[in-house]
Amino acid sequence: MFRNQYDTDVTTWSPQGRLFQVEYAMEAVKQGSCAVGLTSKTHAVLATLKRAQNELSSYQRKIFKIDDHMGIAISGLTADGRVLCRYMRNECLNHRYVYESSMPIGRLVRQVADKHQVCTQRSWKRPYGVGLLVAGHDARGPHLYNTCPSGNYWEYKAMAIGARSQASKTYLEKHFEAFPTATPEEMILHGLRALAASLSEGELTKANCAVALVGEGSSFVVLEEDDVEPYIQMLKEEEGGGGGAEPMAEAAAEGGAAAAEGGAAAAADDGGDGAAPMES
Amino acid sequence: MLPRPTTHSKALGPGVAGPELAVATSAVLDRPPQPTAQRPLSGAQAFSVDPSLVESADGPRQHTQYPYVTGTSVLAVKYAGGVMLACDTLGAYGSTKRYKSLERIIRVNARTAVAAGGEISDFQYITRLLEELATDDYRTDDGIELGPREVFSYLTRVMYNRRGKMDPLWNSLVVGGVEADGTVFLGTVGMIGTHYTDSHVATGFGAHLARPMFRERQSDDMSEADAEALLRDALRVCYYRDKQSINKFQVAKATGEGVAIGKPFALETKWDYKAFAAPTKWAIGAW
Repeated sequence: MFRNQYDTDVTTWSPQGRLFQVEYAMEAVKQGSCAVGLTSKTHAVLATLKRAQNELSSYQRKIFKIDDHMGIAISGLTADGRVLCRYMRNECLNHRYVYESSMPIGRLVRQVADKHQVCTQRSWKRPYGVGLLVAGHDARGPHLYNTCPSGNYWEYKAMAIGARSQASKTYLEKHFEAFPTATPEEMILHGLRALAASLSEGELTKANCAVALVGEGSSFVVLEEDDVEPYIQMLKEEEGGGGGAEPMAEAAAEGGAAAAEGGAAAAADDGGDGAAPMES
Repeated sequence: MLPRPTTHSKALGPGVAGPELAVATSAVLDRPPQPTAQRPLSGAQAFSVDPSLVESADGPRQHTQYPYVTGTSVLAVKYAGGVMLACDTLGAYGSTKRYKSLERIIRVNARTAVAAGGEISDFQYITRLLEELATDDYRTDDGIELGPREVFSYLTRVMYNRRGKMDPLWNSLVVGGVEADGTVFLGTVGMIGTHYTDSHVATGFGAHLARPMFRERQSDDMSEADAEALLRDALRVCYYRDKQSINKFQVAKATGEGVAIGKPFALETKWDYKAFAAPTKWAIGAW
């Protein structure tokens, strides 16, 4: 039986120049439920799909406020995300104490990425199994960053991570040109539509999705439950109305192909309850 | 009678006087303190030190618990579009005019200037801290720089932190500059972390000599020429009255265009006023 000789340890290279343990960690990100982020000229929005372990349990939170001007959406191991969240909150508080100003988003993301990177180069450590979408607003406007267990990070206009995120990305790619001038409300709707595209079954409800908004003059706010309900209603009306439903239908169709492509991930996603403590 | 500690004897001004102020005066003590080698009754610095005595009397010796080489007042005003800072270039060793070309104003980054009075070596240390921050910003290369308000806040924390360790940095600092959004910032930090912002500030002796003039003549929308004229007048008054200053000054301005620290210059002075020859002639209570 084939056995990979190069994946028992983070610091061992494969002859092809790959670090399998790091790649496995990146795989963990893909198995968390979907998180979407997008930016306009003034605002940044996060939208997440929450999972519940079973019918009796609550839905696992995926959006965390870091500071008044910044928050994160996570996908992957929730526990790892919580640790990084605590670190980021701490850094923001320290920055506020010393400089009496809010921390630049990019600076903090770089520090987090450095934390990730260290874990890919130490034999006694394990990479973080979580991807972050960091949305914030600082002196240089709104920002959206994505971090990765490999230590890489990128800034995006719009991005989606997690299970079946390809469908969301397809939606975002189709519509991102409208984002810069969109109003916060339109942004939230775009976020929810992108998120809906990643659904394999069921639909968005006020219980299984959460949205966050941050921007010029408005501090980071998470919309959950009744706060997100009106937006979901708007989506439903759009769908019923006909014209508005088209983009969603298209995105869903493409999403179907993408889901097939990432079929392995999706399968693990459904049956992985007992395995690693993933979200939900 | 105990010698009354004077603040300007250290060229530093109120709030920044030495620990001799912590010594109880005869009004508090039931008997006058006896002179020791470490604390001569004359108020002079101790000239001989028996380490064992120091150990038992005041705990271990801590260097720079007193200022040695000091700079005197720093003056600064806001004007239309920026901040102007001024001070002389003297580093005084006690009363000796020891170093006459010390620059006491530094450029932190394109938007911020800091000037200092007090212990020069401590200021050099602070300069290094600020240089490290500016270098960090530069090499991060994301276009983000500390604004004057952030530098001010940082210095406040540093100064208070050192005071908390009972090892203060012996300086009064002035921070001036222009924020990214164009607002003009001016503030001052004392050696124990006391701080405030205002339209005009002055440290040390200047707080008494220059600020009354600033109150009368300064306004936030005054022209650059007016601000410079005001500062020159204030510097002249400080030079007339402050023993530990010399007639060699620097003026720096921090505007939206950046920080410009001027070359040293001397002021025209006139010493043959009658009042200077007999200073107490008509003063009430004088003889």
